[in-house]
Formats: sequence, C-alpha cells, structure tokens
Amino acid sequence: MRIEAGFLEKRLRQARDAGRKLLVPYVTGGMSEDWVHVVHAVSMAGADAIEIGIPFSDPMIDGPTVQSASATALERGTTPTGILDALRREEFDLPLVVMTYYNLIFRAGHRRFAESLAEAGVSGAIVPDLPLEESGEWCEHADRAGLETVMLVAPSTPSERAELICARSRGFVYAVGVMGVTGERAQLASSATTVARRLRGITDLPVCVGVGVSTPEQAAEVCREADGVVVGSALVRRLAEGVGPKGAASFVTELREAIDSGR
Amino acid sequence: MGTPGPTGRFGEFGGRFVPESLVPACAELEAAFASAWGDPAFRAELDTLLGSYGGRPTPVTECHRLSERLGVRVLLKREDLAHTGSHKINNVVGQALLARRMGKHRLVAETGAGQHGVATATAAALFGMECVVYMGELDTLRQELNVFRMELLGAQVMPVRGGSRTLKDAVNEALRDWVATVEDTHYCLGSVMGPHPYPWMVRELQRVVGDEARSQCRDLLGADPDWVVACVGGGSNAAGTFAGFADGGSRLVGVEAAGGAAISRGVPGVVHGMKSYLLQDEAGQIAEAHSVSAGLDYPGIGPEHAHLASIGRARYEQADDAEVLEAFRLLSQTEGIIPALEPAHALAWVVRAAGREIETGSSVLVTLSGRGDKDVAQVRELLASPTP
Repeated sequence: MRIEAGFLEKRLRQARDAGRKLLVPYVTGGMSEDWVHVVHAVSMAGADAIEIGIPFSDPMIDGPTVQSASATALERGTTPTGILDALRREEFDLPLVVMTYYNLIFRAGHRRFAESLAEAGVSGAIVPDLPLEESGEWCEHADRAGLETVMLVAPSTPSERAELICARSRGFVYAVGVMGVTGERAQLASSATTVARRLRGITDLPVCVGVGVSTPEQAAEVCREADGVVVGSALVRRLAEGVGPKGAASFVTELREAIDSGR
Repeated sequence: MGTPGPTGRFGEFGGRFVPESLVPACAELEAAFASAWGDPAFRAELDTLLGSYGGRPTPVTECHRLSERLGVRVLLKREDLAHTGSHKINNVVGQALLARRMGKHRLVAETGAGQHGVATATAAALFGMECVVYMGELDTLRQELNVFRMELLGAQVMPVRGGSRTLKDAVNEALRDWVATVEDTHYCLGSVMGPHPYPWMVRELQRVVGDEARSQCRDLLGADPDWVVACVGGGSNAAGTFAGFADGGSRLVGVEAAGGAAISRGVPGVVHGMKSYLLQDEAGQIAEAHSVSAGLDYPGIGPEHAHLASIGRARYEQADDAEVLEAFRLLSQTEGIIPALEPAHALAWVVRAAGREIETGSSVLVTLSGRGDKDVAQVRELLASPTP
C-alpha cells in the first residue's frame, strides 16, 4: 500500500517534538523465513521506524554480522522483488526505510526501483555507497515517487559539506557514529556524540546515529546528543543466533526503555 | 587518454561511489596525486627509483621464431623483467612515495594471484612502512608461495572469508579496513579500478610502460606498431600500455579471460566505488569470475576501458583457458620466455588472429605483463590432466 509522501519525516518530527527519543532498528530482509514477523514484532516493541536491508553480494560498508546475514539471505534466494512483494502484502503502523547498495538500484533502473519501493509501502531509502555528488539521478526519481532519501554524514565530513548533505537529506539525517564498518563495539566511540552534536547545530531534521551503537546503555548515551539511534548489528546478531520475533522484540523493548529513561 | 576531471568520469563510466566516510579521503588523495604528479621533484625521485630499484626501462624484445611461425612481427614489452616480476611494481612504488608524501605510514592492499600483494609488500619494505594485504581465502590456498613471499617481506596477509573468498571480496575487505584507518593508512589499490582518483592515478603510474614501448618500437620499426595488445583483468597493464599509444594510429586490443569478460559479457553497474561493465545477475548481484589465471578473475573492468570500448578506440576480445595454455607453451618453446598466464591471454589472441584480423606482415606489440614462475606448478597440473 502506497504511503503518503513525507510520512517518515512527519512521524519522526512528531515524536521528537513530543520529547520522545527515536529508535530505528535494522533487520536484513530475507535473512530467515520469519523475517516479516520480526519486522512486525519490532514495530510493536517501541520502534519509531524500521530500516530493512535489501541484501547485496558485496556489502562494502558492512561488518561481519550484516555481511553474514546478507549472505544467508541471498543463499535463501532473496531478491529485491521478493522483499518488496512481501512488504506489499503487509500493513505497518510506522514508516519503513529500505537500506541497500546502489548497484541494485542502478540495475533495476532509478525510476523503476523508486516506484517499486513506493508501491510496496516503503517511505524512505538509505544508499550508503551513493554520496552526495553521485546521488542526483536517484534523488530526482525518489523525490518524484514520494520517497524520502536519507543521506549520511560521517565523522570525517567537513562542516560545509555536512550542510549540503543535510540540505539534500529527507526523513532524517543518518549520522555515522564511527569511522568504520557496521558492527558492534564494546564502547561507544566519542565520534558518535561529536557528530550528533555538530549536526544538531546544522539541521532541523531529526538526527539519528547509527554504526557502532550496540547496547541499551550505548543507545541511551548517544541519545543525550542525538535525536535517536539506528541499531543494526546487535539486533541482527541476535536474530542470527535464533532469538526469533519474540527475542527481537524484547531486545528492542530494552533499547526503548534505556533511551526513555536516559540510562 | 586525458584527465577525467573532478567527477572522475571517463564518458559515462568511473565516478566515486564510496561511503561518505571515504569521500574526504578520496578527495585528499586526488589533490595529493595531482600535486605530486605536477611536481618535477616527485617525478624525478620516482624515475630514479624505477630505474635503480625497479629495473626500468624494461626492453622490447623482437620474437623472431614466433614471428616466423605466425607470419606477423611480434614484439614483447618485457614487464616480466621488472623487479618482482611484473608491471605491478610501477604502481606500488609510485603510490608508496605518494603515501610517504601524505604522511601515511601504513599500506593496505588487495591481491588476487598475489602479484600486487607481493609488489606492495616489497614497496612497504623499501619505505619501512607497515603493510597488510587482504587476499581471498581461496586464493591464499591456490597461491601459497606468494603468501609466504609477502610474509617474508614483512607484510601481514589477511585471508578473506566473506563472499566468494576471491579478489572481489579482498577489495571489499581492503576498503573496510581503509574506512576505519584512513587517518594513517593509504589504500594501495592494484589496478585501474575503484573510486576516483584510482583509475586515473594508476593509469598514470603505469603509462611508463606505454611511453617506453612507443619510443622503443620507433627505434625498432621506425614507426608505431600496427597493433598493440595487452591482457585485461582490472586493466592496469593495458591502460598503461594504451596510454602511450592512444593518440597514434595503432589498433588497441585488450584481451579478457573468457570466464571474466566484463566488457563482452557484462552490463554497466556500480561496485568497488566505480561505474563500469560488471558480470552480474538480473537483480544486480555481482557474479564470480572464473579463469585459469587468478590475476584475471575479476568480475569488473577499469572504467576507462569501458569508455575506450564504448567510443571504439580500443576493442576487447576474449581468450579461453585451453588456448591460453597453448600460447603459454608456445612462447616458452619458441622464445625461451615463460610468460605469466595473464599475458598468455594476450598472446593467445594474437596467435588466433594472426593471418586473419592481424594481416600477415603486420607488426604487433604485446605487453608481457609478468613472468610465469608463479604459474608453472599450476600449468604442470593442468597439462597433465586430460582436458585442461
């Protein structure tokens, strides 16, 4: 079912303005038979939006956990079309954001891919290997399809460039918390709070920090500066270990409680 | 073959499709290379090193017996005689000098067969730098001796267990390392691929092959050769060779492995930071390449080759494993030169085309990008098996 344009940003702004910290869990599409149940379970456990990974054979910015989940999904025969077909059949009470690599978009064609996401009820897209300079054609078609393209800012991004990226971002701004690939870290990098603080001085869009945010404590810590967090590998690892929809939901509930209480 | 401009484009190909974390590093590298390449002191230091350490200039050898056999005049640009046994040294010495100039003291590299890994480890030893080489786990098993060579040179070899466990996965892993270490680390990419500025920078560092060959051909032939032929995986020796001849009248031919023929069998796509021809499925998942030569087992090709193909300035042909083995033996027995399996692809096409597309009596320059020592054990096994 097609979603009204701007749903992602609207929802996140409403929540933020009501004093709520934002929680965006990430699930690799197709990583298990019950992945759609996982998305439902997580959506009812305190998420504000859900990021769904469409797996790519060469996930350059992903660490071992998401790499392995992507490989499992591909071995199971997962395709972009299959994931979108599954989502189209469902209804969710919160915005969905697809995270995928640019070649899958390029291969399908910008317009076709953007349309197929919108028709499947997806609100936004994150394409980590499509930096600002290369994003023009995709953004044009995404805008036209009513799809919000979330742009990323890294700790290494100079301020002037960060302003341009924020101006082009829709939905929220994805602040990359650490110089490195996705994956769990024992401690929250100092760059996670630094980049969030910088961005909040630049943009009025919600700022969510992802990459290297692994535990409820780290999520709470980063939320002292950021509007919200994206938690990927920590959830995907639990799913790969077989916790299923229930276990995923209880982890997301823990994250929710931690960012609500600030501890 | 000029400079690609700030967007790093060769026609519609190339670009800089990297995570935001790496964009500043690529921009910094682009600026550093542009400045170094325009600096006579940097060029002089590189030339001196390539001479006294790298063994340049490498000769061009006229192949009298092979020429007689084929009815065309075959000349070989002898990169097999460069230090470490292939053209890879030209690129790594240049990049290591640049890394030092940028204040970076650690090199990371990807390698397939091990040639680029050995060359990078060599340059790191020469400059006293730390070196980590990523190599697909399958390749570490197929090329055990090169793993040992790299370790002997003081490098750390990291087997890559993700994906197909070959070269394309080693590139991913090297990029992942670089994202986390970019402050003190230079990614010493081995071919004319990856995000801008690599395709341009590596071609410029390899153009010494083509520039030398052109002047050597003029001495020998009194003119440019009718044909210039080189093998293509990512395409660095071909790019360097073509760069010396592209503004002349020679016909340029790149020869891909039949199982890794990105231009003949691929479609445009984006991976490893660049837009180029790629072997991929309907959904855009990258396919694995298969060839007798690990150095050509790459599902993509440098973006400038994609451009040269699209404008018709170069053509790209294929050679299959059987004819490559035949060419490998032929050069060994007619000229006493054991080629690496990679340039044996270029030779195999010349053998097939001589007297047909290549008219009898024409002159052909083939870049012999490396020597075959690394391949003899594998070739012995292949020749012993009934159907290679």
